[in-house]
Amino acid sequence: MEAGFNRQTRDNSVSDLAIIEAPPRAAEVDRGKVLGRMALFDFIFHNLTRASAVLVLLILGGVIFSLIYGSLPAIQAFGFGFLTTESWNPVTEKFGAVAPIYGTLVTSTIAMVIAVPLGLGIAIFLTELCPHALRRPIGVAIELLAGIPSIIYGIWGLFVLAPFLQQHVQPALISLTGDIPVLSSLFAGPPYGIGMLTAGFILAIMVLPFITSISRDVFDTVPPVLKEAASGVGCTTWEVMRYVVIPYTRVGVIGGVMLGLGRALGETMAVTFVIGNAHRVSSSLLAPGTTISATIANEFTEAVGDLYTSALIELGLILFVITFFVLAAARFMLMRIEQKSGA
Amino acid sequence: MTAMPVVEANIPTKVSVRDLDFFYGQSRALKSISLPLYTNKVTAFIGPSGCGKSTLLRILNRMYDLYPRQHAEGEVLLDGENILDPGIDLNLLRSRVGMVFQKPTPFPMSIYDNIAFGIRLYEKLSRSELDGRVEAALRGAALWDEVRDKLHTSGLGLSGGQQQRLCIARTVAIHPEVILFDEPCSALDPISTAKIEELIDELSEHYTIAIVTHNMQQAARVSDFTAFMYLGDLVEFGETNNLFTAPQNKKTQDYITGRFG
Amino acid sequence: MSLYSSRRRTNVLATALCWTGTIFGLAWLVLILGALIYEGARGLTPAVFTEMTPPPGATGGLLNAIAGSLVMTTIGVLLGTPLGMLAGTYMAEYGRYSKLTMVVRFINDILLSAPSIVVGLFVYTVVVAQVGHFSGIAGALALGVLVVPVVVRTTEDMLLLVPSPLREAAAALGLPRSHMLMRVAYRAAKSGIVTGVLLAIARVSGETAPLLFTSLNNQFWSTDLNAPVSSLPVVIFQFALSPYKDWQQLAWTGALLVTIAVLLLSITARALSSQGKHK
Repeated sequence: MEAGFNRQTRDNSVSDLAIIEAPPRAAEVDRGKVLGRMALFDFIFHNLTRASAVLVLLILGGVIFSLIYGSLPAIQAFGFGFLTTESWNPVTEKFGAVAPIYGTLVTSTIAMVIAVPLGLGIAIFLTELCPHALRRPIGVAIELLAGIPSIIYGIWGLFVLAPFLQQHVQPALISLTGDIPVLSSLFAGPPYGIGMLTAGFILAIMVLPFITSISRDVFDTVPPVLKEAASGVGCTTWEVMRYVVIPYTRVGVIGGVMLGLGRALGETMAVTFVIGNAHRVSSSLLAPGTTISATIANEFTEAVGDLYTSALIELGLILFVITFFVLAAARFMLMRIEQKSGA
Repeated sequence: MTAMPVVEANIPTKVSVRDLDFFYGQSRALKSISLPLYTNKVTAFIGPSGCGKSTLLRILNRMYDLYPRQHAEGEVLLDGENILDPGIDLNLLRSRVGMVFQKPTPFPMSIYDNIAFGIRLYEKLSRSELDGRVEAALRGAALWDEVRDKLHTSGLGLSGGQQQRLCIARTVAIHPEVILFDEPCSALDPISTAKIEELIDELSEHYTIAIVTHNMQQAARVSDFTAFMYLGDLVEFGETNNLFTAPQNKKTQDYITGRFG
Repeated sequence: MSLYSSRRRTNVLATALCWTGTIFGLAWLVLILGALIYEGARGLTPAVFTEMTPPPGATGGLLNAIAGSLVMTTIGVLLGTPLGMLAGTYMAEYGRYSKLTMVVRFINDILLSAPSIVVGLFVYTVVVAQVGHFSGIAGALALGVLVVPVVVRTTEDMLLLVPSPLREAAAALGLPRSHMLMRVAYRAAKSGIVTGVLLAIARVSGETAPLLFTSLNNQFWSTDLNAPVSSLPVVIFQFALSPYKDWQQLAWTGALLVTIAVLLLSITARALSSQGKHK
């Protein structure tokens, strides 16, 4: 065995340990008292935080409960027919949810059809194609879009986008599709400017930044070695995205898309301004319609009578249930991708 | 029941581990460990990865209590008192048994506050008394000269070796009785390592020290007694010189000569 | 060889599409902000800050709306932030492995993205309908409910980021958990939590739907929180949809004010969080 294996004594030149003496044992008794006080505080704090967590739970419970409670009169009056009746008549107090539900689903679909490819494209751009110096500013700009309150979108949509669409885009759409069988009814009717298509456009712009930012985060979880391995075999940038990154992050991307869908479904103010507020189901996208949240926003404060109010609350309940399922599915998928990346 | 290895009959024993079993959930990580930690001596725990040495160390200040599904059975006597007893005040225990971790963990505060923090918890001192204690702690960790001019800058601004010495100063400042070192030098360069080893040597005059290390040569340099562990068992325990020059167990011999590990 | 060139072409096409998409997306931002500044700035006179909302056809300002928004947002944030921080602390610390935490985390995420109009309905049913009238308190409560999930999420995430060795080092000195939290963990997570609160304020400042049937609106100056209170978003809603030019102009100006406030808060939050990262 070499010399290194023997414990050597050293000189005390490194420190003045004479200053540190053996600790006085009497201090222990005082420590007990100090720690006792801290323990009491700890107990109170512990229970305070637990109570807060429970309170948060109760708030959600309260939301669901209040919606159900408020809808009861309407549920009792209309039953399932609520979901199948189109007419919405405050005077005769006959209410049906078909038009709002239809409008909600259609505008959200339009929004997703536009926003998903666009959002993914921007996310791909930011992670792969963008020059590094521009990456942060453009990323920040996209997130600023997300920060703009929805009422701004609404007012902009009403005064800027709708007139523009009415004068330039919609007439073109109508005449272009005039002779094509299915499309002609899809884009039929007078160009109001406002309507379901416009609402769908606005929603698309609102949802875009969400999809972009979640896709970006999800794309960043791909281990660089994986991408390098693909490039090393000679794949082009696009092919790396298509064959490596997107399959790896597929679940997360879908989760992000569903989160965006959840937002689109529940969006109120932007839609209310431009949807036209007509309780009708029509096949043309250019026609005015209504969504659940727009109906509630427009009519709630003027609702006379308990049944009217209750019908509106029941609409809110339906919206909540739809978004609940969409968001739960989204969370589930995002959880899966987090587990995969080992977060 | 494994017999307590009696190596030195005349030296007082600070900590007595008796028939200690430890479980992560259902799986047993430590099997009937019995060994002494002698007062004001340095005891090293060595062994290959996964042998349970860090696990054993973290039982000595009940650090495992922070996590669910981990529990210990058996006895660990500190001055005759079993610290595994459910009635034990954990915070008081931890103020008597300090720990220095593998990764330096300065608090997000100034250097002065890092040290004063612990002292202020237990004692009400005047400003000058506190200053004196902080200086003493920093001297004791061989850090005073390097930081005396920047006591109020952030502890995070120090180098790795300095941060680790800061953590040692912080631990020593509250006057514990036992200090546990969990691979304290594994993240440090050789010069810092040497400084800390010297520190441990001097601290052992006033404190009982246990150190986990995967570096055998460090164990040989620094400790008075060594425990060699393998897959949750205590294979051999003895005076460091004897264990390294004339190990009694073949496995110990194989580990020391580098046959495995 | 032709296979290679077709792959090249696909790559170029895809790249071009991505570029186009990004420019397209950014164009909207420019168009929206541009219109907002153009229309809103036109009506930005000192009168906006000194006079009340006018009846149609008269001139006026937005003072009561601004004040109402400020008051309700402040109260909402003051109510929601402590609750959110305490709950987030429980989830990251005392209850990190408990079932309660898993349920609350799931539910909190739902609340975070749920339609805000539903929160308005909730407060309506629980407060307004019971008491019999609209009030500023109800509006503040609705905003508070919206603040909570954001703060819970940020607090929990930031506390979870505090490394275990740091916690253990504090415990090793004998610190009980609450003290470790106060002295060590909160300090380490401070900038992240503040960022979360700022983002919550930004989110809540622009909310209209939950205020529509809780605080309603008030044309005049009012200090009575137990009665309807004016707020910027609701005023914008009402004025923009009206046929009166004066009102529409005020709506644009109000929209500009709200956007400036929200963007300032977001930028501050972002600056704080990147500062924290550089530590």
